[in-house]
Amino acid sequence: MDYTFHWRPVIRKLPDLLEAALVTLEVAVLSMVIGILIGLALALIRMSGKRSTVWFAVGWIEIARNTPALLQLFFFGFGLGAFGFHLSPYMIVLCGLSFNNAGYLAENFRGGFNAIPDTQYRAARSLGMSAIQAYARIIIPQVFRIVYYPMTNQMVWAVLMSSLGMLVGFRELTGETQFLASKTFRIFEYFLFTAAIYYGLVKIILGASRLIAWRLFRY
Amino acid sequence: MSETDSIEFFTSFRVEDLWFLLEAAGRTLLISVLGISGGTVLGIAFGWLLSIGRWYGAATLGWVLDVFRSVPLIIQLVLFFNFFPIVGFPLDPFGAGTLVLVMYTSALVAQVARGGIEAVSISTRRAARSLGMSYWQDLRYVVWPIGIRAVLPSWTGVALGVLKDTALVSVLGYMELLRASQILITRTQEPFLVLAVVGAFYFALSFPIARFSERLERRWSHD
Amino acid sequence: MIEIEGVRKSFGPLEVLRGIDLTVRNGEVISIIGASGSGKSTLLYCINGLESIQGGRILVDGEDVHGRDTNLNRLRQRLGMVFQQWNSFPHLTALENVALAPRIVKGKSRAEAREIARAQLEHVGLGDKLDVYPSKLSGGQQQRLAIARALAMEPDYMLFDEATSALDPELVGEVLDTMRLLANEGATMICVTHEMGFARDVSDRVAFVDEGRIEEIGPPSQIFGAAQSEKTQRFLAKVR
Repeated sequence: MDYTFHWRPVIRKLPDLLEAALVTLEVAVLSMVIGILIGLALALIRMSGKRSTVWFAVGWIEIARNTPALLQLFFFGFGLGAFGFHLSPYMIVLCGLSFNNAGYLAENFRGGFNAIPDTQYRAARSLGMSAIQAYARIIIPQVFRIVYYPMTNQMVWAVLMSSLGMLVGFRELTGETQFLASKTFRIFEYFLFTAAIYYGLVKIILGASRLIAWRLFRY
Repeated sequence: MSETDSIEFFTSFRVEDLWFLLEAAGRTLLISVLGISGGTVLGIAFGWLLSIGRWYGAATLGWVLDVFRSVPLIIQLVLFFNFFPIVGFPLDPFGAGTLVLVMYTSALVAQVARGGIEAVSISTRRAARSLGMSYWQDLRYVVWPIGIRAVLPSWTGVALGVLKDTALVSVLGYMELLRASQILITRTQEPFLVLAVVGAFYFALSFPIARFSERLERRWSHD
Repeated sequence: MIEIEGVRKSFGPLEVLRGIDLTVRNGEVISIIGASGSGKSTLLYCINGLESIQGGRILVDGEDVHGRDTNLNRLRQRLGMVFQQWNSFPHLTALENVALAPRIVKGKSRAEAREIARAQLEHVGLGDKLDVYPSKLSGGQQQRLAIARALAMEPDYMLFDEATSALDPELVGEVLDTMRLLANEGATMICVTHEMGFARDVSDRVAFVDEGRIEEIGPPSQIFGAAQSEKTQRFLAKVR
């Protein structure tokens, strides 16, 4: 083995990497917020059973789940570019991740709603609650608990998926790593550090999720 | 836009290009099958080791597999592709890609397999042993058939995930479906059409399997 | 007063109620008995508007339940309902289960709603379970919780839909005792029930429903002692 490891340049650039890790976290969190809102809407549309709109929800969900996330990102990149819509790398990643998250979360939400017996809704209505009150106070809180762990998983996936940003020119953690590594040719060293940072990010997310769950779900 | 431009718009994507994509789809399928089957065999072995529940197993193997699940695949690919030459085993993109996919898949399958083994209750296994079955007979005739029913849907999810993740091996330069699409886009300048066709290829590979698994799951949950 | 006049209800081609007439006076306890599938429970759902009807009408204090302009949410506040599957809300403590509707439906303050809830839980004998989640309560306790939850809305009428059918035998007694307590306090109750002992001891009148019609109605002494309809006699002979 005639390869000598050079760690010093990587350590010197650690602040840059950690800053990029925050960008990764930001885009992942934003894509989750958007994904949850759209995913909830898709699940409700799909469950409504109205033919005119169901195809739209089903189409979104199945495309998001049955094609590579990278391909979805490319669609928001030069796919849309073909029609003259040029998104910034940041927007490409945000849109791509949100699209993907929404598709997966919609199915989680649908499963959650199906797991709540109708009788809960009836009991709420029998107490004089309106349909909206019954959903907001009785159904959604219970669905939220059921989908909480799948949502945590999706958040982890969002962080991992955001690494695809490198391939559309976005300087999140992986993109930044690639940028720095290409200047010094210390590819292995840089990517090893980045791997460790991702591992740390995932552990922090899982830890935070567990802490929140412990505070939130007392039943 | 002049007349000739619009004509070219329709002619630049040729029938040969479809063959080119089909060949690339074949390579996507090949590396998927290798990654999934290798990863599944290895993953089941790992899952079984973890289910035995020794502390040193969880501390070493469990931790390594956890790392593979917590680091983006693209990082793993770049990392190992650059690592093999360092230790004197330079691998081509296909070899390195397959190896990383196998490891990555095995980490995901190990979790599934462990879940399947633990889905079989202790009392059921005790009953099997009380009938005089050996440890291996218990695994083969009791744990396997019960466990596989419990986790086949999750395994399908993992397998389909890996199928889609093979798109990332393109980063190393392996000419699979996604990389082929990049080349076609550069040549034809028709990104939307090419991406749609490639998307349809992936969809055609993934969707039927997903549907089949869903139906199987529904049928099993009824009895 | 609840007036039920010629009510008809079908699910698709299946006619479940075929013209029900019944008047429930204030303070009266009425038990509805009959074979399962005879439409007893459906009648209760129709009374508080959880099910639509295809014919006839139901008046609660003169207000048409299925009228176009009826505010069902307001009407249901006067009609407490207890279900066979108790349907306690699993994500809320016992106290929150009971306090929620008074607060968000009736607009009571948080403190007021908690006070009402505490009083009602003590009323049904769950005064020591205020901060417990339903998953930690037995079936009988959850059913009493459901009764307290309905009572907290201060309803004028209570509808019981086979309140004890899903309970383990040893838990039936505590729920029946609670229902008895309410009856003695003068509540107006309509109870769909399989508990013949309860129907005989507590009701003012008992209605036997068969194939979507009221086959016979009268005081318990008549139904259980000298039923006039042959169908009633046959049913009672079977369940005893």
